Amino acid sequence: MHRRELLQRTSLLIGGTLLGADSLLAKNISWDAMEADDIPAKGIGLFTKQQIKVLSEIAEAIIPTTDTPGAKAAKVGQFMAVIVSDCYEPVDQSRFMEGLAKLDDGSKKRHGKAFLKCNSKLRMDYLLELDSEQKAFQKSKKTEEPSHYFRVIKDLVLWGYFTSEIGATQALRFLEYPGKYTTVDYKKGERNWGGY
Amino acid sequence: MAEKYDAIVVGSGISGGWAAKELTEKGLKVLMLERGRDVKHVTDYPAATKRVWEFPHRGRLTNPMKERHPVQKRDYPYNEFTPDFWVDDLDCPYTEVKRFDWYRGFHVGGKSLMWGRQSYRWSPWDFESNLQDGHGVDWPIRYEDLAPWYDYVEQFAGISGSLESLPQLPDGKFLPPMELNIVEKDVAARIKAKYEHRRMIIGRVANLTVPHNGRGSCQYRNLCSRGCQFGAYFSTQSATLPAAVATGNLTLRPFSIVTEVVYDKDKKRAKGVRIIDAETNQTIEYEAKIVFLCASTLASTFILLNSIESGSLPDGLGNTSGQLGRNLMDHHFRCGANGEVEGFEDKIPYGRRANGFYIPRFRNFFGDKREYLRGFGYQGGASRQGWQREVAELSLGAELKEFLQEPGKWNIGMTGFGEMLPYQDNRVTLDKNKKDKWGQYVLSIDCELKENEKKMRIDMINDAAEMLEASGVKNVKTWDGVSYPGMAIHEMGTARMGKDPKTSVLNKWNQMHDVKNVFVTDGSCMASAACQNPSLTYMALTARAADFAVEALKKGDL
Repeated sequence: MHRRELLQRTSLLIGGTLLGADSLLAKNISWDAMEADDIPAKGIGLFTKQQIKVLSEIAEAIIPTTDTPGAKAAKVGQFMAVIVSDCYEPVDQSRFMEGLAKLDDGSKKRHGKAFLKCNSKLRMDYLLELDSEQKAFQKSKKTEEPSHYFRVIKDLVLWGYFTSEIGATQALRFLEYPGKYTTVDYKKGERNWGGY
Repeated sequence: MAEKYDAIVVGSGISGGWAAKELTEKGLKVLMLERGRDVKHVTDYPAATKRVWEFPHRGRLTNPMKERHPVQKRDYPYNEFTPDFWVDDLDCPYTEVKRFDWYRGFHVGGKSLMWGRQSYRWSPWDFESNLQDGHGVDWPIRYEDLAPWYDYVEQFAGISGSLESLPQLPDGKFLPPMELNIVEKDVAARIKAKYEHRRMIIGRVANLTVPHNGRGSCQYRNLCSRGCQFGAYFSTQSATLPAAVATGNLTLRPFSIVTEVVYDKDKKRAKGVRIIDAETNQTIEYEAKIVFLCASTLASTFILLNSIESGSLPDGLGNTSGQLGRNLMDHHFRCGANGEVEGFEDKIPYGRRANGFYIPRFRNFFGDKREYLRGFGYQGGASRQGWQREVAELSLGAELKEFLQEPGKWNIGMTGFGEMLPYQDNRVTLDKNKKDKWGQYVLSIDCELKENEKKMRIDMINDAAEMLEASGVKNVKTWDGVSYPGMAIHEMGTARMGKDPKTSVLNKWNQMHDVKNVFVTDGSCMASAACQNPSLTYMALTARAADFAVEALKKGDL
């Protein structure tokens, strides 16, 4: 089955306006409603439902809904819980859970509220701060030293999103059976290929 | 009474598939024994049509998978996409005197299903290297002996590639080449202009660029190692097995672990083989006029070392030379350079090419003389960066998302594949203190890279960086990912060919000096390793040996 129609369709979406952060925050109000039914009540693996909600909110802040669905629609929070529970070594699992607890504590210190209780603006301010912290830490850390927990979260979000069906086929252009390999023209604004 | 066949082929991978095809097509009744399960073409490739998001862990290994695969998990080939193509390490242990990563696949088709498909001829110089520098023993054959068989196997297997007239990498009977992309073409032209004897060419690969022998052409998904529903790359299932089955002369028996070649010491001939049925644990013997061992380099040597039951062969079958198990080689790799390419931002690759570029060996050829012997080639590719790239200037949110939805800069990188010399003390032996799931002794592997390889790696890294910089590539970074023997999955040697029965295990027809009706045609026969990917050479050697064996049978010599 060739997916030329899909390619043509996604090509038409390209070149749209780049939405500013503020307009996105306005869209984020309905996050909770969107994912309420998608997380099992008993949680996933090592994670409670509440923790997965936190992961989902972080993921959506990193990869928000724009003209294509964001990380929450792609169930990236659930994906992160599956990966950490099933694939991480015990020591990395503990580190991840500690990081998540640290993130919530940090939110309480900074804003006086748990992460989920904060509004989108406060969440974003805090995550931006954590991202600067992780970048500085990664730059100075020794190779053998484990990565900053927020870096681990961010990498998981990007991987989970861009390899999801939404990420690979809507945020990116998905060519299931390209049928040839060659070099073609590219215009700034066109999306990269997904599907790996 | 044991079942009798004209020939027994042990193993169903690249070499076994070829042996079965050639022997059945020449009229022999053949029993092909495979220690693992059957894998049917297309219907047993469950991952081939799945999308990445249909795998719960998107390819990543889970902890239970890692527990049963302490060796296979060391590198990328064992993953969530195709876990069933790789051996259960706990059922089938081995002893590592020094680290040796042994990748195995126990199923019909063997590693022909998961191989990298790069297919290069050896050059006349490669067959002369042992004689010239005195390492190993001289090959009993020369390029001219194998050239017609390269022609033969390439035309059946379907190898795509370009004609280049390079003395160190002979041209073959190729299907149309795949394309270098625009950046690779630019770098290739600059390398050609700057260096008289260095060329960047499109990889020669066992993927069909046009329909061939009833098989479909490559769809450029780059998912080959999951099995291909188009039969677009060479495997036992797509190519040699259907040909063998079509003759009506083949019996394929999966779940058949060959433990020994049964030896008749009066006649100095193999009677056949002994197997354990992997499912029932039953021991069964099969008889045949000739035996082809194609079980993979170390597995074929294991069978020979383990053929001691009669008590008259304490060192294994066909081992009067003492060379059985010795001279284990692999390629050393995982080092090179990469960098960023400026410009070409208005171009992007379309499709996923299951191939890259190749830079044939140039060191210690053409009058060049280095501090080490032999040489290396490079494999690599150029592409635009994806969402995985480091983004220093953006943090989170819509801007980051939109940025990562677009391709990044062009990058180009290459890794060297270096020749490893044959060393007597890089060897395998039977470890009689350990047994596998079926109560069989296991192999003990004692193998390491030595000074020659270590010196060569410095050039592998520096030459890559120098060529990229000379081609205008920016931000060139070198890397050395450390290479342990076994990692390249190009294990060779341990039952080498040679002219002299005192110093080699096999003669120029891959026939055992000591046991004339046993042939070994997988990687264990190799007297040196060259630096090219070796499978095409196994194909040619197997077809050649099968032709000789059938003629010898007809003449009554066997």
